[in-house]
Amino acid sequence: MIEAINDALDIMLERDPDVILLGEDIGYFGGVFRATAGLQQKHGKTRVFDTPISEGGIIGVAVGMGAYGLRPVPEIQFADYIYPGLDQLISEAARLRYRSAGEFIAPMTVRSPFGGGIFGGQTHSQSPEALFTHVSGLKTVVPSTPHDAKGLLISAIEDNDPVIFFEPKRIYNGPFDGYYDKPTKPWKGHPGARVPEGYYSIPLGKAHTVRSGSAMTVLAYGTMVHVAEAVCRDKGVDAEIIDLRTLVPLDIEAVENSVEKTGRCLVVHEATRTSGFGAELAALVQERCFYHLEAPVERVTGFDTPYPHSLEWAYFPGPIRIGEAIDRLMEA
Amino acid sequence: MTKGEDRKNRPGLSLHVPEPKFRPGDKVDFTHLAIPEAGDQPRPDESCAASETFPLCTDLVRVLDDEGKACGPWDPRLSPDRVRAILRDMALVRAFDERMYRGQRQGKTSFYMKSTGEEATSVAAAHALASDDMVFPSYRQQGVLIARGYPLIEMVNQIYSNRGDKLKGRQLPIMYSSRDHSFFSISGNLATQLPQAVGWAMASAIRHDSRIAATWIGEGSTAEGDFHSALTFATVYNAPVVFNIVNNQWAISSFSGFAGAERTTFAARAIGYGVAGLRVDGNDPLAVYAAQRWAADRARSNAGPTLIEFFTYRAEGHSTSDDPSAYRSAQEREEWPLGDPIMRLKNHLIALGEWTEEQHAEMDRELAERVKAATKEAEENGILGHGLHHPFHTMFEDVFEKLPWNLEEQSEQAIRERNIKWPE
Repeated sequence: MIEAINDALDIMLERDPDVILLGEDIGYFGGVFRATAGLQQKHGKTRVFDTPISEGGIIGVAVGMGAYGLRPVPEIQFADYIYPGLDQLISEAARLRYRSAGEFIAPMTVRSPFGGGIFGGQTHSQSPEALFTHVSGLKTVVPSTPHDAKGLLISAIEDNDPVIFFEPKRIYNGPFDGYYDKPTKPWKGHPGARVPEGYYSIPLGKAHTVRSGSAMTVLAYGTMVHVAEAVCRDKGVDAEIIDLRTLVPLDIEAVENSVEKTGRCLVVHEATRTSGFGAELAALVQERCFYHLEAPVERVTGFDTPYPHSLEWAYFPGPIRIGEAIDRLMEA
Repeated sequence: MTKGEDRKNRPGLSLHVPEPKFRPGDKVDFTHLAIPEAGDQPRPDESCAASETFPLCTDLVRVLDDEGKACGPWDPRLSPDRVRAILRDMALVRAFDERMYRGQRQGKTSFYMKSTGEEATSVAAAHALASDDMVFPSYRQQGVLIARGYPLIEMVNQIYSNRGDKLKGRQLPIMYSSRDHSFFSISGNLATQLPQAVGWAMASAIRHDSRIAATWIGEGSTAEGDFHSALTFATVYNAPVVFNIVNNQWAISSFSGFAGAERTTFAARAIGYGVAGLRVDGNDPLAVYAAQRWAADRARSNAGPTLIEFFTYRAEGHSTSDDPSAYRSAQEREEWPLGDPIMRLKNHLIALGEWTEEQHAEMDRELAERVKAATKEAEENGILGHGLHHPFHTMFEDVFEKLPWNLEEQSEQAIRERNIKWPE
């Protein structure tokens, strides 16, 4: 996935002189996850450059660059560190088009590694997507494969609205099915790892049906797409697995069509449970598919605690927690 | 390692909580303020090292003396026509503020903020910038819009949130935006415009453009984290930006001591960042012009950013929602040692033989009429709460470039409600 992201950035730097990359350690060094490796050497240091350690500053200057007419792609080193930039994201980037009646826009894409499963502890594992999906004016994207990461990132950069682009770092180098005690597989051979050369885009707001099925609908994004897929496979459940890919705008049609067909719905995310994005999904399914439901909507999520270090695999919503929810759904 | 018992003979620590010198009812005496003579301050070359400006950060750049004579190396030597234009724009800002304040009291709008006493810090500064230099204002720089010729009726439309409002009634009054006048959309969130101005300036530099950015902030808001990040980014990338701090002594009810003014000047902060700093008599329009011009020329020649502290006084309440008699002495305004910017420039022009009391009175009459006419014209588009506003569906537009499904649904809901609440 790292190579796909690097490729998307390279292509957009090449295609559009307005695209500017900025962030901590992203220039000469190429980023702590190598997502921007080689891009400064290729495109020059006024297109790809390091910044002071100041998330508020990074987002704030990106808003100003957008007002000038550039298309900045700031990186926040970990999603856990995006909070000092929240005022600039929520009060400024998200509201700028609205408050100026379209005179000024913030066509920026904030890239940030997110999610757990890497022994990152409290401040290298969080999934703060619900903070952003709650903000009117922001789009939120979470890819789950190299193919989608490239196509979605290109769309995000081309989009004229501010996009929060969360990259699940657990799957940067290979899919992760939640079985933490087994060796990690690389992306090679995975169908989602077939990444076309050159430019292509995947529209924001369109979900991807990973697996068609009739027994239940699983709504997931990021790492949890792979975990949910493995659990359904191992349990032999004929689930329809939908990778939402974009949380805002949400592909409501895909959700409705699937739940109306299956009558059961499981929502899975790594983020904490209370007021998580799963609550929004469950409410939407309840409101819009109530008469098709044969069981209560289930949510499998992280617990309502900060992300722990030593108890990572007790916290992570893995196969056992998902499996129990599937059983409850099927028994109902 | 010191243990607890070893500390028992030490004096207890005490917390210092700043307190302004004068509260309501107090007799005001500003003699503690060091006000240097006009013309005494040296003017370094615009390309000097930032550190060379340090003496000017604790001094006060002044041009107009008590007799209205322009003196010293900071005299910008403006033509009488230009000085008259600055005077006229400042007087127009004051006339506009007076009328809009009354409009709020009459219930034509919900809110207003005057800039009385601070007109020079926006008007004279705007005259020193190119018209396409990008301005990132706070909420008290209406003088920049007026100096740039923004139509008064558009300002009133915005204040009344009526159907003529270009911002479609979405923004609180005075949160103007005009891309055509290189005037960035005003936000209610303090200090956010500073890093944005730096980013705009960086973008201009990336593009080898020749435009610069200028931004304004009150002294109270310099306590925000965005002030620090903006100064840091500006110095790191040598961004072509001018930071203007309007030190009007008050942040609503908090005196400047709560932003750190008891220990140092606001201009002095520039030096720690490696940014050039100037401390300027904010009620001296010629000094304001000269300092802004110096900083703009410095930025334009790639010599780097400048931080200017305009030392001035907020002569009126913070806003129409504020009553300053609850926290400060009413005498402060009359005792303020730097006087009134409009009177000072008027006296200067009269001393030059380029202006008369009669001309001034005639100008004031004419400007009041002009503001009144704009107000009347704007009222035809409606006043707040009187039904002449933008159509309901516009509330949902511009959240995103295109309306997503949920906003489409909510828009239909709002229109349904409208037909029930206010049947045609």
